[in-house]
Amino acid sequence: MTLTNLGTLVEDDRVHRSVYTDPEIFDLEMAHIWEKIWVYCGHESQVPKVGDYYTLQIGRQPMVMVRDKEQRVNVLYNRCPHRGVQLCGNQSGNTGNGFVCSYHAWSFHLDGKVRAIPLMKGYDDTRWSKDNPDCNMKAAARVESYRGFVFASLAESGPSLAEFLGDARVAFDDICDRSPVGEVEAVPVCHRVMQRSNWKFFMENQLDALHASVTHQSTGVSARRVEQRVKDEKGSAPLFFHYLSAFATSFDQWDSVQTVNFPNGHGILKAYMGLRPTDPDTVAYEDLLRQAYGEQKTEEYLSRSIHHVLVYPYLSVQSPLQQLRCLRPIAPNKTLSEIWHFRLKGVPDAIYKRSLWYFNLVNSPSTMINADDLENWTKGQWGLESEKAGDWVSFHRDHGRDTVDQGVHYSNSGTSEVVMRNQFQAWKQYMTQAASPQAKPRDAKEAA
Amino acid sequence: MSEARVKDELGKGVVIEAIESMTGAESIAPDHMGRGSAPATFYVPSTAVCSPQQRMEFENLLYLQAIALDAKRWQDWMDMFTEDGMYWAPSRPEQTDWELEPSIFAEDRLLMEIRMGRLLHPNAWSQAAHWQTNHLVGNVLVESLTDSSAEVYSRFQMMELRRDDVRHLGGSYRHSLVKVKGEWKIKMQRVDLTNAQAAFDYVIQAWV
Repeated sequence: MTLTNLGTLVEDDRVHRSVYTDPEIFDLEMAHIWEKIWVYCGHESQVPKVGDYYTLQIGRQPMVMVRDKEQRVNVLYNRCPHRGVQLCGNQSGNTGNGFVCSYHAWSFHLDGKVRAIPLMKGYDDTRWSKDNPDCNMKAAARVESYRGFVFASLAESGPSLAEFLGDARVAFDDICDRSPVGEVEAVPVCHRVMQRSNWKFFMENQLDALHASVTHQSTGVSARRVEQRVKDEKGSAPLFFHYLSAFATSFDQWDSVQTVNFPNGHGILKAYMGLRPTDPDTVAYEDLLRQAYGEQKTEEYLSRSIHHVLVYPYLSVQSPLQQLRCLRPIAPNKTLSEIWHFRLKGVPDAIYKRSLWYFNLVNSPSTMINADDLENWTKGQWGLESEKAGDWVSFHRDHGRDTVDQGVHYSNSGTSEVVMRNQFQAWKQYMTQAASPQAKPRDAKEAA
Repeated sequence: MSEARVKDELGKGVVIEAIESMTGAESIAPDHMGRGSAPATFYVPSTAVCSPQQRMEFENLLYLQAIALDAKRWQDWMDMFTEDGMYWAPSRPEQTDWELEPSIFAEDRLLMEIRMGRLLHPNAWSQAAHWQTNHLVGNVLVESLTDSSAEVYSRFQMMELRRDDVRHLGGSYRHSLVKVKGEWKIKMQRVDLTNAQAAFDYVIQAWV
């Protein structure tokens, strides 16, 4: 499969199954999407102290996010330039004032510049000297942060972070604006769940309103039964029951939950859980926001209709409850998800507890929701790997019936497969752009 | 030709005997700690005086609880808890407050009932795949004991089979027991998974 005929795999209303299964296509995705676009690394608060680090993958590249002495957050290749050994041996930790390689004790400052090499005289009169930039740890070409959320791009040129995110940056605004000081900090627990399926299953599923009451029927029905009994006995039930029972909703109701689909494959599933109750804790919290932002801004911030925001192709942000899932693809049939949540600064515990319940019930490794999603995706992957049962994956639902305005696709029925069509338009654009002649000089420059 | 030179070379050498200077990495970066952060805290249980008879009673309770899970007798498992009983699996060993810190599980009787209802629902899709667990519980230590309450520590190993895949979860249990109408019941079961912050291949469907 070459880049030039990849475009034929994606039609307006269907895609070829190989985009989920073919190892060559997976490699091309890593090279031409992940290793070029802006990829989420983590939140600045994950590395509060000098020397704190977090490792991550950008495409196939092992990277490390680290705070240096000037308080900058750097994103470096986690690799010694001498013989290639990874410098940070754990997912996270503190590396002190610099990195030291466990193989030959080459050491580096926290910005990646080489600090010392043992027996330097061994390099006298060779091409390898300390002022050779190849002796430094290589840094990501570009690093930018938006409201504390750190992104890196391995391409020297290309759209800015703001251009890449476009309207999807509302994900981070919607998280931070809910704090009276406009800031959050990462809760230092990262759940990780491995899915045995292509990353696309996750991204499509997040905005797929039709699947919810089918896939999550068992959990939704069971939660609704208990919730109803508690309501009958006590007059009301805690909000968190609804996090689960909301899934037991009719097709027609789901069809009314619309999606908004942006350029670059990003998108929003609009709100449906009614997360703005009128209990005393919430009233007191909203007063805090009014004091900070005034009536009008507070209303704007609290009435955004968002359930999830997707930053395509790897991030699902559940902004009203300050949680985020980030995909790190490993193979065509293997994807790691990193699951984080954030604490609003300056907000009472009662409000944090509300988002914590969602994290525990929906996003923890004992989730009663994703248990059935993951099962679908595993079986989906196996189904698409079959070669003789049919080549095409259907995205025909409501094709041609969505509203398009200035590049944004608005669903007219919530279950429209415009979500997947929009994602694949971005995919096709990334993949075919890499093959088009005008993109060549940029690639050549990056390679140089 | 080279034979003589090699023979000569091998006839000479040094012997490194005593380490008198700093080792290599120390001389390059004396302040560096390659181990990274301090290791996580590990809970070390205490022991209390306990009769063999009493001890056996607690061991039986732990074994019966493990069997209830393996046999998928969810209601029997739940009935071992008090009405206000909690099942808590923290994300990190140093956690102490299930209400303000993220958990793997934090379930009261109502949430247990939701999980049981899901597992028994005819369209719990993930339950279609053959799935079986095998628990072993051991290293039982009675940490404290009064007439009406006890703290019991143990360690467990759980093998899980799903379709053709096997995985292992392990860790410690800390049972806070109280006597209700002459019977020991679980007021709080804390489960510290050794795998708590590892990547989970698939999720955990039922209590561990």
